[in-house]
Amino acid sequence: MNWSVIAQPETLQLYAEGLMTTLWLLLSSLAIGAVLSLVLALALVSKIALLRWVVGAYTYVIRGTPLLIQLYLIYYGLAQLEWIQARWEDVWPWTYFKDAFFCALLAFSLNTAGYTAEMLAGAMRETPAGEIEAAKAMGMGRWQVLRRIVMPSAMRRCLPGYSNEVVMMLHSTSLASTVPAMLDVTAAASRIYSDYYLPFEAYLFAAGIYLSITFAVIGLFRSAERRFLAHLAPRPH
Amino acid sequence: MSGYYLSILQGALLTVGVSMAALGVAILLGLMGAAAKLSGRPVLVALATAYTTVIRGVPELVLMLLIFYGGTIGLNHLMESLGSRETVDINPFIAGVITIGFIYGAYMTETFRGAILSIPKGQMEAAWAFGMGRFRTFWRITMPQMVRYALPGFTNNWLVLIKATALVSLIGLQDMTYLAKQASAASREPFTFFVFVAVLFLLYTSGSLWLLRRVEQRFSLGVQRAEV
Repeated sequence: MNWSVIAQPETLQLYAEGLMTTLWLLLSSLAIGAVLSLVLALALVSKIALLRWVVGAYTYVIRGTPLLIQLYLIYYGLAQLEWIQARWEDVWPWTYFKDAFFCALLAFSLNTAGYTAEMLAGAMRETPAGEIEAAKAMGMGRWQVLRRIVMPSAMRRCLPGYSNEVVMMLHSTSLASTVPAMLDVTAAASRIYSDYYLPFEAYLFAAGIYLSITFAVIGLFRSAERRFLAHLAPRPH
Repeated sequence: MSGYYLSILQGALLTVGVSMAALGVAILLGLMGAAAKLSGRPVLVALATAYTTVIRGVPELVLMLLIFYGGTIGLNHLMESLGSRETVDINPFIAGVITIGFIYGAYMTETFRGAILSIPKGQMEAAWAFGMGRFRTFWRITMPQMVRYALPGFTNNWLVLIKATALVSLIGLQDMTYLAKQASAASREPFTFFVFVAVLFLLYTSGSLWLLRRVEQRFSLGVQRAEV
């Protein structure tokens, strides 16, 4: 083991740069995915069969294929289509498809949106029928019931499952390293491995970084659950 | 052109092979991990807990690169210290199977532990009272009942495992993802080939889902289900 290379300032700086990319990718894909999943979940529980069917097919395909393939499809695949090629030089927003970061972000956001939408839709379906009936009896309309009764409790019920999804997404961001010109934590480790031929040290250090973020995420969600799911906590005698 | 599709289909066989072999490793490790966690012996419990916590906290890709590249160097250092002049290369198939099996063994440990805990304790105690040994109790009493409780989690883990096999293309194993990438570089038609691989993966996951539902029905035959 030769940790002195890892402790060099330049190496640590490379990891720090990678960490910034990883965290930035994670947070922005989660934010975009959350907004998208809200819309998709509403479609999944909607009364319009066609909408349910289309969004259901989307989540089925997203959840049934590897994220790596989805990323390749967006980063390498879309370049094949003439329609995109004709536009990505100067027509906004297609210019973004030349940017590796954007492609990774798009793939991750679409992926997490698919998983989160199914989770949220499941939680919405579990809303006790009495609560909805009571809300309707109070004279609330469809949107009011959704906004005031269904969504707040469904989102709370999602919390434990969503913490798993966030950890999964954190781990998925390591796939960004397979796209050239992306420097996340894994890519930083790969670069240090090829520069110094120290795979154990390079990847172990990266693993330590991911492990710490994972623990931080789990800790955050635990305190969030204590706050938002306090009514479900075991009662002290 | 059709040659590319044929070679990708051959790569699909490798994907199936890697996933099946990795599943075998994962089930074995999962059973051992669950047994260790439920054994009540502090050392075993601590070891199994460290295993499941660390593995589930690190990305599969990082673990795979660590085991593949790190393992090669580690083995060569070992050979050197034993006085051998030869260098060994780890076979990427074995590295892939071991890594994926090792990772999903941690997830299986949790699934199996939960399933065993769901079986009424009286069942095992009754078996012991009949004079069955630990192994026979597991084989005749615990396992058949455990399957039903473990299946939902097992199905989930299996689907994630199938999708994780795409990562073995990154350590040089020529599975369908690897071949599709090569085909798209050669033919300049990446979209077509990646869609083809995505469809193959979808077929694999859908088929597994269908099969595992049948298995679940089979193992739930003796259970009465109330209408909600």
